[in-house]
Amino acid sequence: MDRRESLRAIALGTLSVGTILSATGCEDKKGTGNEKEEVAKTPGYGRTPDEVTRDKELMAENFFTPEEMKTITILADIIIPADEHSGSASDAKVPEFIAFIVKDMPEHQLPMRGGLRWLDVQCAKRYNKSFADCTAQQRIEIVDLIAYPEKASPENSQGVAFFNRMRNLTATGFFTSKMGIKDLNYMGNTPNEWDGVPADVLKQYGYAYDEKTLATCLKIEDRGKLMTWE
Amino acid sequence: MAFEIKKQGKVYDVCIVGSGAGGGMAAKMLSDAGLKVALLEAGPKYDPADPEQATQLKWSYESPRRGASTTRPFGDFDAAYGGWEINGEPYTKKNGTEFDWFRSRMLGGRTNHWGRISLRFGPRDFKHKSYDGLGDDWPISYDEVAPYYDRVDKMIGVFGSKENMPNEPDGFFLPPPKPRLHELMVKKAGDRLGIPVIPARLSILTRSVNKDRSPCFYCSQCNRGCTVYGDFSSSSVLVKPAMKSGHVDLYTNAMVREVLTDGSGKATGVAYVDKADMQEYSVNARVVVLAASACESARLLLNSKSAKHPNGLANSSGVVGKYLHDSTGSSRGGFLPQLMDRKRYNEDGVGGMHMYVPWWGDNKKLDFARGYHIEFGGGMHMPSYGYGFGMEYMNGKYPGRDGKTKAAGGYGASLKDDYRRFYGAHIGFAGRGECIAREDNYCEIDPNVVDKFGIPVLRFNYTWSDHEIKQAKHMQDTFEQIIHEMGGVASGTKPGADTKYGLEKPGAIIHEVGTTRMGDDPAKSVLNKFNQAHEVKNLFVVDGGAFVSQADKNPTWTILALSMRASEYIVDQLKKQNL
Repeated sequence: MDRRESLRAIALGTLSVGTILSATGCEDKKGTGNEKEEVAKTPGYGRTPDEVTRDKELMAENFFTPEEMKTITILADIIIPADEHSGSASDAKVPEFIAFIVKDMPEHQLPMRGGLRWLDVQCAKRYNKSFADCTAQQRIEIVDLIAYPEKASPENSQGVAFFNRMRNLTATGFFTSKMGIKDLNYMGNTPNEWDGVPADVLKQYGYAYDEKTLATCLKIEDRGKLMTWE
Repeated sequence: MAFEIKKQGKVYDVCIVGSGAGGGMAAKMLSDAGLKVALLEAGPKYDPADPEQATQLKWSYESPRRGASTTRPFGDFDAAYGGWEINGEPYTKKNGTEFDWFRSRMLGGRTNHWGRISLRFGPRDFKHKSYDGLGDDWPISYDEVAPYYDRVDKMIGVFGSKENMPNEPDGFFLPPPKPRLHELMVKKAGDRLGIPVIPARLSILTRSVNKDRSPCFYCSQCNRGCTVYGDFSSSSVLVKPAMKSGHVDLYTNAMVREVLTDGSGKATGVAYVDKADMQEYSVNARVVVLAASACESARLLLNSKSAKHPNGLANSSGVVGKYLHDSTGSSRGGFLPQLMDRKRYNEDGVGGMHMYVPWWGDNKKLDFARGYHIEFGGGMHMPSYGYGFGMEYMNGKYPGRDGKTKAAGGYGASLKDDYRRFYGAHIGFAGRGECIAREDNYCEIDPNVVDKFGIPVLRFNYTWSDHEIKQAKHMQDTFEQIIHEMGGVASGTKPGADTKYGLEKPGAIIHEVGTTRMGDDPAKSVLNKFNQAHEVKNLFVVDGGAFVSQADKNPTWTILALSMRASEYIVDQLKKQNL
């Protein structure tokens, strides 16, 4: 059964959602380890011809230099390192995402380029090296100056603004990746039968569905039955 | 090749311009009656079940921009082609005022991505001038439209609950889905504040209404179009079955230029440019039905000038384009600390809110004339572009898992954990209110500008009045009240007078109506109460242009009901040989 037929079967109520998912492998099983391929291909998500062209043009461009990409990668992994739940930002191809998104949203370009340069200049002043050439300890010393907006000294405010942007792009890139969505444990985007908040959750927050709500709302077993009003 | 206008050989009973809610319903009703119909759509074919076009159940990472809105205004997976800006199809603005015009050029038009909020206008909404002296009454009453609302409910399907509220008429509802957790929280806060929180009314099939469509499977993605047609879009629910009748010829990529008339001033058809071959064509029909959207239909009439109609067609009154009005909108977000570290489960639900707030106030005791309803959203959505932004404003304010508060911002494993902890703990409120229709809010033809097809474009003039601005202030006060009552923290700074209390720019809510309004007096209206042009008896407008006032309701259900009613009138009048 292909995915669409399965959806129809679920929708018609002829099979339960759980049966279908386990029996037909409707979960998205592709893409383990080939996120790069997903980034590189343009069709496959319902594009119009104009949109295919735009995606292709963006893919063909380059904005960051290899040196800038190296620094972005180091920073991204400082912001989102691997832990016991999931891999690091670079494991989830966040640098590749950032390289794309600045082409898609040119408003990121100048603050990113200038911010990376600001960072290198600070490192040169302190350590006579670029950020990427610094030791791990030196990198953290400089990041500590700009990573805490409420504690940072005023002379580093531009660095703070850059790091905020870098933190945002890294987090969004990570938690919208396959790895990040799994880490967050988002459980939707799949055929389901919504029958309300789970009982233990209702209890945890001190809620219950009152009689009126239960009487009014869909009885999930009626889902497959045609509606009549007589 | 000579530049010529090619005639489509066939003569149709009816030519319909536009395939959205109004045009789709007209195509369905008129073809069901056995009439030969030409349906013209300015965009391409669209079927959400076509794998080449489908976006339902795609993951954020299947888009290189992770679903961001750079290409499509409501994000990469949204079903609407087009937007507020379309390459080669400009519009202009006048007197330093603002109006943004959203167009969706595709089969089904804007019904492909709308919120499915399907509210009937109430008795007061049709006669608001009689109630507060502002604007104008409709020439029809709720009782005259109610039978059509009933039939639309049963034909298309809308969930909801019977509430017996005076200006929020009940209908033939499907059972609503159970509320989500944050919706129960809003309800509890509303109960304490005296603000009604009731099941939403959305045209989504919790149970099916016919065998061609399947019930909702709760992916929360109605705006992407549904592969099993579990929600309403004109393309899937009206045009598709209408095509099966064999009575409808669909012309896609047909950008209509003007309505053609004969010496007597009757409409004879329309002229259009085919975007695929860029050739000029005409279609002839006994009746012309415009459903191109309020502003596009007004543009067509204004561009259909002739010796007999120097002001544009059906416009001796000068009313075409005037009384343009969009819903008001203002919004605020909040954070619910009690939802930090929440248990995960599939909370997608239907593609929209399961509950909402209908207007509850008494405007006679308030400093603004018309009401609004509140939509709200929250919960554990699929993360897409923008997820996690602004953590530096959040994670310094709430204690960590160890009970200690840390410095805002940061990096590393502890920051990574914060994104998990804050997930699904935000809520957003948006008001959608009634703007009073005014003659001095209008669109007209720009004397100097044409689009890439050589068609003169619209020029807009639109301002908000104090009624709308004060209404937005009331929205903001209410949002804050509800968020506080829920034990939440309102995000950012409360929008103040300098931003008109967050009042969105005109056109932003995409409920623009009123440009070819109906009425009994031909000097003050374009259409009669059957959506028929006073001056051209075989010309009808069945989109939002016919609205006299918009209510604090989304216009789609009323467009559908009035288009159904107008279509039956057309069939009747053709039988009587009156057109």
